[in-house]
Amino acid sequence: MKPATKSTPESTIRDQSRAKENPMTSAIDMTRRLAQPPGRSSRAPGGERGHIEIRDVSVEFERSGDWVTAVHRAQVDIRPGEFVCLLGPSGCGKSTLLNTVAGFVSPTRGELLVDGNPVKAPGPDRGMVFQQHSLFPWKTVRDNVAFGPLMSGLGRNEALSLARTFLGLVGLSAHANAFPDTLSGGMQQRVGIARALANYPSVLLMDEPFGALDAQTRTMMQESLLDIWSEFGNTVLFVTHDIDEAVFLSDRILIMSASPGRIIADISVDLPRPRSQDLLTQPGFMALKRECLDLIRRETLRAFEQQNGQAG
Amino acid sequence: MSLNNSEIGGEAGSPVIDQVDTPAADTATARRSPLRLPETLSRYLVRGLALLAALLVWHWASSSGFNLFINFENVPGPLVVGQALTEALSNSDFYLHILHSLRRITVAYAVAVVLGVGLGILMGRSRLAEDIITPYIELLRPIPAVAWIPLAILMMPSEESSIIFITFLGALFPIVINTVHGVEQTPKVLVRAARSLGASNAAILRHVVLPGALPSIVAGLAIGMGVAWFSLLAGEIISGQYGIGYFTWSAYTLIQYPQIIIGMLMIGGLGTLCTLLIKWLCRPLLRWQVQEKDR
Repeated sequence: MKPATKSTPESTIRDQSRAKENPMTSAIDMTRRLAQPPGRSSRAPGGERGHIEIRDVSVEFERSGDWVTAVHRAQVDIRPGEFVCLLGPSGCGKSTLLNTVAGFVSPTRGELLVDGNPVKAPGPDRGMVFQQHSLFPWKTVRDNVAFGPLMSGLGRNEALSLARTFLGLVGLSAHANAFPDTLSGGMQQRVGIARALANYPSVLLMDEPFGALDAQTRTMMQESLLDIWSEFGNTVLFVTHDIDEAVFLSDRILIMSASPGRIIADISVDLPRPRSQDLLTQPGFMALKRECLDLIRRETLRAFEQQNGQAG
Repeated sequence: MSLNNSEIGGEAGSPVIDQVDTPAADTATARRSPLRLPETLSRYLVRGLALLAALLVWHWASSSGFNLFINFENVPGPLVVGQALTEALSNSDFYLHILHSLRRITVAYAVAVVLGVGLGILMGRSRLAEDIITPYIELLRPIPAVAWIPLAILMMPSEESSIIFITFLGALFPIVINTVHGVEQTPKVLVRAARSLGASNAAILRHVVLPGALPSIVAGLAIGMGVAWFSLLAGEIISGQYGIGYFTWSAYTLIQYPQIIIGMLMIGGLGTLCTLLIKWLCRPLLRWQVQEKDR
């Protein structure tokens, strides 16, 4: 079943010029030349940006008197341009680890480098896409996307034209003047992706960005994200608890387990690209999925036993 | 399926919102209503009828000399009051009273808005500022305007400025408290989003905190306007030579009963109009929110 890639008769009648297939994909040709930022010289030469080094990072915080270890001594090296998923059950610290890379949370141990620079605070080199409700409701869709470029010191006209380009990239040009709350959840997440990309970040951090969407929209968004990623080539760190999603998207899956949050496996996904939803039924995909499932199940059981032990 | 739907409805502008006010939507509600009236119109009709009913009860009570615990014997009926109102409206002194009250409200309210929103933002953003200012607000807030009058007269250089001071105090507290509330409710995820897009603290205040607090601030402004009138009248009754409050109180001392009611109705009417004006002025800033409700 491939609902995503076929356009409905209505849309073809309404607009012949647009959307031969997925509207998000069709706009990419237009923005292909934009994958290299115009007039921004501070970038390292092609494709070498987005190197993430997580060196022995722990995050601990106090919760009602107790010290909780959210992340325990994580050690990861992510190559520029790699698509990496952090996979694990809820509460295993995968979002916390992502937030340390974003600069929202400071590690209590170890250090974090992005392109050789220690992470101290959030910054526009690391674009962030949140699970939901992260658009500014008082700004139109266009102004949301133009916000990053505007903050980086671009003039209003330049920022707006960038916003137009990136809204075209995610197929939402027609909704530029709408307010976010009038859009569906999937459309809002596409605006969120466009907004993060409009700063030409070297790293795209995504915190369960499709977790609140219905299944059909989610698969469509996954394909679109891969299309966009293949054009921009930036590093993606993607948090999810959905095994299918992790295997389908990534080059590499880091599996985390709870209490304390540790990275227990580093699985490389050698499935061919470009990928489409057909992949989901192929043996290679199934084998990887089973491997992840087994690991997670074993860890979840262990965690339950540990919790029961503590309770008893 | 959201993506294709979006392409179908994808006209310029905001199609989702525009549908709310289309004639089609109106006829739909009209069909449901037995009176075949648009919903908003029929609701205003009900409100008008409710007021008319009160007028009839008032007329009946005053003309029949109703006296059962509440005494209507000395209360002039609506016809007498209406007649006195037409007389007052042709008298230039009456407008002078209104003008004085409006001028006091304008000055006092403007100062209260600037100071109140400023203090509110400061308190919402800085814990130290909040800890310093909160005790004063909590202590002074319950003191009614009337209780301030003696001190205001002693402290302020003129009678006029003491009335304005009392009015200002009345408006200040609701504005401060609502602003603090709005600022403190800023969703964390939006601040994070702005930070990761490269926004400075000043930009976050301007683009995230203030617009997010605006619905709450506007509510505070509307409440503040109501309390400002309330306090103004207290000030004008005790001191002053002009103003609606003075007009009302002197009517009582001069035993001009219809004028008492005219004064009261003026206060109610002007207060309501001013509050509506504030809401109307702030409406363009809350466009995004109105649309959300319509949906």
